[in-house]
Formats: sequence, structure tokens, C-alpha cells
Amino acid sequence: MKKIFFFIIIAGSLALLPLSLYGQCKSFANKICKAELTPYIHDGNFHAAILSVGEEAELYKTFYSGQEYRIAICGSDMMPNIEFRVYDNNRKLVYTNRDDNYKRTWDFTLDASQQLKIWVKVLDPGEKKTELMSGCVAIMFGFKNK
Amino acid sequence: MNFKLLPLQVVKYALISGFFAFLFACASDGSRKDKEPDLSVEFDQDVLDDLTRVKQIFYALPSPLETAMLIKSSGASFNEELLNPVENATNYVTNKSMALNLGIYTTDLSYASLFDQTQATIKYMATAKRLAEGLGVLDAIDNNTLQRLEDNVNNRDVIMDIISETFMNSSSFLKENDREAVAAVLLVGGWLEGLYIALNLVDEKNLDKNKLVDRIIDQKLSLDVVMMLLDDNIDNSDVASVKTDMLKIKEIFDQVKVTTSDLEVVKDSEVTTLKAETKSKLTIDIFRKLKKTVSEIRTNYIS
Repeated sequence: MKKIFFFIIIAGSLALLPLSLYGQCKSFANKICKAELTPYIHDGNFHAAILSVGEEAELYKTFYSGQEYRIAICGSDMMPNIEFRVYDNNRKLVYTNRDDNYKRTWDFTLDASQQLKIWVKVLDPGEKKTELMSGCVAIMFGFKNK
Repeated sequence: MNFKLLPLQVVKYALISGFFAFLFACASDGSRKDKEPDLSVEFDQDVLDDLTRVKQIFYALPSPLETAMLIKSSGASFNEELLNPVENATNYVTNKSMALNLGIYTTDLSYASLFDQTQATIKYMATAKRLAEGLGVLDAIDNNTLQRLEDNVNNRDVIMDIISETFMNSSSFLKENDREAVAAVLLVGGWLEGLYIALNLVDEKNLDKNKLVDRIIDQKLSLDVVMMLLDDNIDNSDVASVKTDMLKIKEIFDQVKVTTSDLEVVKDSEVTTLKAETKSKLTIDIFRKLKKTVSEIRTNYIS
């Protein structure tokens, strides 16, 4: 009986794990990452994943000419640095926050509408082993009300 | 993952991590709202090592709010006759029709709000609430949201914030509950409504040097993302049927020639400019075909 009870607890907890992590991720994005977009207006889209060191995520989005955008890539302060890169449709590197001390946001505008790819990776912290090795990484967009 | 292959030790750590993560999730959304949440979960290294390295890929469509902003910034006007009448909401009983029309109504709501149509904004938010509830999306739009909307009906920034938050809540709730396909259908519904409104606001005698026409041509790029998003969920029959409709639109957009020069990155202020030149042409024939096809698909979705 004890074994069955133990198995139910294990199975239930494993099933709830992704739900609870995603819920935390949404809460993080809403409370912390959204603030990074100010004074831009959050477009309402939400993309987030639990990433570990060395893991990557990609996002494809069309950005429109004449609009001013802010991309915010956020992870917990206790996580290692998160690098993000922006590529154009010809896979040309347009921006990397590696050149900006791993800044969380990037503001840009476009002369012509483009489909861009945003690439995100949680970097290896090297010697700083006290940092969290896994956590929520959110990608959010803001635009200016014109 | 085959749980039978997990060593007991790993299962034990997963259980402990999962249990505490669950407890924390409950606490962070409840009574401890004044405290900044610590949202990273510390996993045991053994568990981490056991997990497969996953590369996540996201496809982001323009949200209803961004779509409405694009229409407004192109100098277009407001036409309430283009909106899906709220009375239709009672007709939507399937998951597919509710998801499509939640997207459609959210775009209508965004369009109305950006043109300061206060009564329409309140009416469409209430209708979006009804459909969200029909889809089982809990708390995305509650009575509090409607009250906040009414209290701030003359403050466009607050209204936009409320719309963006409710849209985020709806789509993220669906993703959170493994209903990615429904979320995809919702997003495509919102995108299609934006295209429908834009096509119907254009005076076809004035297709050249028309900002709104440029925005419509831009949707050729977004349609690529629509197709990728749908392909990602293609096992779902609702997604597959929506994809069939989108292919009809793609067939027409494929006839629109767009050439864009190489990007040049110019950073002369805090805001980087991505410079490029683009040339495109939307002929009257293609415009009419596109308008007819989009209208037919949209009529099918809203009836």
C-alpha cells in the first residue's frame, strides 16, 4: 500500500513539474521581464522556456518598417549570462548582446520590413558555480505607440 | 521519456524538486504578491544530466495589438461595419470556432480601442471574455478586467496594457495546458482578421504609394511564420484545416514580387536602424483575388 501511495505521489509530482515551472515562467515574464520593455508597449505575445546551461532557443518574427521595437530577453539574476543574437533572413548577424555586456534589451527600427531570427543561449558560467544552472528564459517584444 | 529507465535516486530528486516547485508556484501567485518571486528552480545535477538537451523553436505572429497598431499608423480609419458582430458569439461551440473567433474578436477589440471607440472596446472585451471561458481559459479575462477597462476607458495606454495582458493570459494558459494547437488557431484567427480589416479599408483606386497596401504586402512575410506555426502543430485536425485555408492565401501572396536589398546596421543612437530598400508591387488583380479569398475564409470562420 505504501509503495502504491509513493508511486502516486511520484507520478503526480512529475506530472505537475512542467505545469508549475511554466506557471512560474509566466509570472516571471509578467512581473520582471515586462518591466524591461518600458516605455515600449508589450505586444501581448509571450514566449518562454526553462533552459539549462548550453541550451538554446530560437524565435522567428516579422518586424515592420517604420516601427520602433524593443526585444527583451530575461532570465533570473542568479542564472549565468544569456547571450542573444539577431539574424536576418540571409543568416547575417545583425546584433549580439555579447558586444553589449549581455544587456537584456535591444532597441531598433527598420527601413524595410524583415523576418528576423532571435537566437538565445544560456552560457556556461565557468568558475561561477554558485549560480543557478537552469531557469526561466523569456523573450518579449514591445513597440512604440505611433 | 521512459520513466522505467530512471534510477530511483533520480526519481526521488525529481519528486522533491517537483514538490517544492509546485508549492512555490502556489505561493507566488497567491498571498505573497508583494515579494519579488525567485523564479529559477534549482535542479539536482543528476536530474539535469538525465534530461535531453532540448532546442526550443518559437514562431511569433503579430499580436492583435500590433496588428491594430500597424493599421492605425498607416493612416487608416475606423469602420465598425468591418468587425465581427458580437451577436455571432453564441454560434461558436467548437474548440476551433471559439479559438479562431477569440483571435478575431481580440483584433477587433484592439482596433476599436486604438481608435478610441470606448463602447465597442467594452463590448468586444466582454465578448472575448465569453469565448475565453468557453475555451476553458480561466482568469484570463475576469470581471475585474472588465471593471478596470471601464474605469480607464479614456486612458489608451492602460487599455492597451489590459488588452496585451489578457491576450498573453489566454495564449499562455493554452500553452501551459498542452493546448498549443488551440493557441496556434487563436493566433491565426487574430492575424487573419487584421488582414481582412486592412484589405477592406483600402481604396483600390489608390494602390500605389499607399502605406496600408505596404502593410498588406508585409503580411507575405508574416504568412511564412503562420505556415511554420501551423506546421509545428499539424497533427491536430483543426490546425490542418486552417492550414488548407492559409495555403489559398499563400498561393496569392506568392504572386506578389518583393525584393529587399541587403541589410545595413546603423547604430547612431540608442536605437539601432536596420537600413534596407524594398521594392514591391500589388496589382489590382492580385489585390482583388486576395481580398475575395480572405473575405471568403473569414466569412466561413465567423458564421
